[in-house]
Amino acid sequence: MSTNPVIYQFHGGMQLEHHKQLSLGQPLQQASLADEIIIPLNQHIGEANQALVKVGDEVSAGQILAETSELVSAPVHAPCTGRITAIEPRPIAHPSGQQADCFILQPTAGLATIESWDNPPLADSSKQELLEIIRAAGIVGLGGAVFPTAAKLETADNYPIETLIINGAECEPYITCDDILMQTRPALVIRGIQYLQRILQPQRTLIGIEDNKPTAIKAMREALSEAALEHTEVVSIPSLYPSGSEKQLIKILTGQEVHSGQLAFEIGALSQNTGTCAAIAQAVDQNQALTSRIVTVTGPGVNNPGNWLTPLGTPFSHLIELAGGYKVAQPKLIMGGPMMGLELNDDRIPVVKATNCILVLDQADQPQAQPCVRCGRCTEVCPAKLLPQQLYWYSRARQFETMEKYHLFDCIECGCCSAVCPSHIPLVQYYRYAKSEIWEQQRKTYKSDRSRKRHEFREARLERQKQRDEERRRLKREALAKKKAAQQQTGDKPDKPKEQTVDAVQAALLRVKARKQQQDAERKNISNLTPEQQRQIDEADARRQKMKQEDS
Amino acid sequence: MLILIAVFTLSFIAGSFGLILGYAAIRYKVEGNPIVEQVDALLPQTQCGQCGFAGCRPYAEAIANGEAPINQCPPGGENTIVALADLLDVEVLPLNEEHGEHLELPMVAIIDEQTCIGCTLCIQACPVDAILGAAKHMHTVIEDECTGCELCLPPCPVDCIDMVPVKQTLEDWKWPAPGNLTEASGVH
Repeated sequence: MSTNPVIYQFHGGMQLEHHKQLSLGQPLQQASLADEIIIPLNQHIGEANQALVKVGDEVSAGQILAETSELVSAPVHAPCTGRITAIEPRPIAHPSGQQADCFILQPTAGLATIESWDNPPLADSSKQELLEIIRAAGIVGLGGAVFPTAAKLETADNYPIETLIINGAECEPYITCDDILMQTRPALVIRGIQYLQRILQPQRTLIGIEDNKPTAIKAMREALSEAALEHTEVVSIPSLYPSGSEKQLIKILTGQEVHSGQLAFEIGALSQNTGTCAAIAQAVDQNQALTSRIVTVTGPGVNNPGNWLTPLGTPFSHLIELAGGYKVAQPKLIMGGPMMGLELNDDRIPVVKATNCILVLDQADQPQAQPCVRCGRCTEVCPAKLLPQQLYWYSRARQFETMEKYHLFDCIECGCCSAVCPSHIPLVQYYRYAKSEIWEQQRKTYKSDRSRKRHEFREARLERQKQRDEERRRLKREALAKKKAAQQQTGDKPDKPKEQTVDAVQAALLRVKARKQQQDAERKNISNLTPEQQRQIDEADARRQKMKQEDS
Repeated sequence: MLILIAVFTLSFIAGSFGLILGYAAIRYKVEGNPIVEQVDALLPQTQCGQCGFAGCRPYAEAIANGEAPINQCPPGGENTIVALADLLDVEVLPLNEEHGEHLELPMVAIIDEQTCIGCTLCIQACPVDAILGAAKHMHTVIEDECTGCELCLPPCPVDCIDMVPVKQTLEDWKWPAPGNLTEASGVH
């Protein structure tokens, strides 16, 4: 089992400084509970969640706070017992720096002590039950894409899955959260894989781990032989960035290419991150929702880098404090790794399901971008086999349609092209800009198509109304003409109807007059009086009479 | 004799092709002007009439017939003008300021529901039926359907409609252009 099967090579890629030892100096620790837990309503890709609790509610650990019934969604849960003090916009980990609605949870009890996972017997839940557990536990892809896992597995159900790929590559520098998970809890990951195998029934399972993690590879191999899983292998793969990207890992392990516009399912492969596997095992075996994850806090900007098992919703500042605080005066905060991570400018941002790493760098001056010298190195390293330089020129010229023809949307934004560029051109930024411009254009087209339809519908409706009016008028005219003709035939004098109308008006007036008189005659408020009321009225009349006489 | 055969053959070929073409012209006749559809597809469909025509389609027809220049659509702005120039293979023109200014941020109409008297005049003015309400009942704008054309503003007798920028959400947030994009640029 320790022999490595054949592995393949993907195009391009880069050898990077690993910087992994930095955060592996201390063992995995439990992070303490912050004073204030901030839980964004939406921590997944897909449909928006609706809040289920309101301000002032007491919630217990593991309670669902927000969810929606849509397929592509994942609920969020309370990581601890406490009170919801507010639901308000707070800064979140988003490149825009904008705020989003978050639950603010004031913990009223300490962290619930979760009994440690000590290899309980395999649960006998059916495939459907497992999917339901995964959905209810709010599990999303913990590799960073945060796509709801249950939705991914259900979609995969429509394709025969030949190879289940477990992604333990963790190719970005600095990050070690999957590494430490595999080192310390390999059996938990294997258990998750067993449940995934029950759902997907793959012919084989390949666990890909970069060879810069020998301890993790050893631990996983041992746990695997203990569990005695068939057709499952741990594969040591060369450390070459970005081997942990889905398409690249599939290529490395199976030799198969996921073509442009294709999904991995379509070639019979499905990949899951090791962290996701562990979360699945905990959800099934311990009925535990996804309310915590391992976060690496590392970089030259913190004093004691390491890995913490962190409740979701913990502010970054709290974790950085646990890591001994900032070491540099002007820290540069990144969520994720140095290649694909998200630069943030606020350390009150909470840890979410996507937060695998908090990287603190020194705020060094960015080298100024120089003109492109057309060296072509970006093309050599591009793992998606694109032409980065060509895309760059088209992005500058705002020729986004041409960029689509050059397969812009196959770009995985790995950052290799920017990293090798001798002119320090922020190439990925140009592609992100182009992608969002194209999406904006698509939204506009959608809206204008809708407006056109509504306008055309309105025009048609007005036209219909006009025709109906016209038709009514025509019918009336015809009826009148017919009447006239009929009267002429019977020999009536044409002025007779006129007299009749006058008579009719007078009759109506008379009728109204008569009715009024009748109403006056029986004024309702003085009919049916009691003797007492009659007496009072008489007295008042007498007084009035008397006053009149005195006046005169 | 040879000449006669040649003449006969050629006129036979010409005649039969003529018949085929004649049949095709009737059988596959294109209704309307296809260029109008293509131009209409590029216009923003705000139906605001700022171009001087009664909606986007009439303007598209005018452009297709060469009766109007391509630079009269303020909501579309430069993007629309460039796209139209591409389609029709004409020179790109700057937006004609007489017809209005291009706003970077899309606008949406909001009815102040406290002031609205329920006169239905705005409902009649809205080109995309995006205002909901009935006589003597409060009206409201369906924001997702509003094109920001401002046609509802003039008829309102109590001036209770305001144009506000569409609120940006995380979903429609755009990555900004990299810094040096503003420099003169061109495809090599």
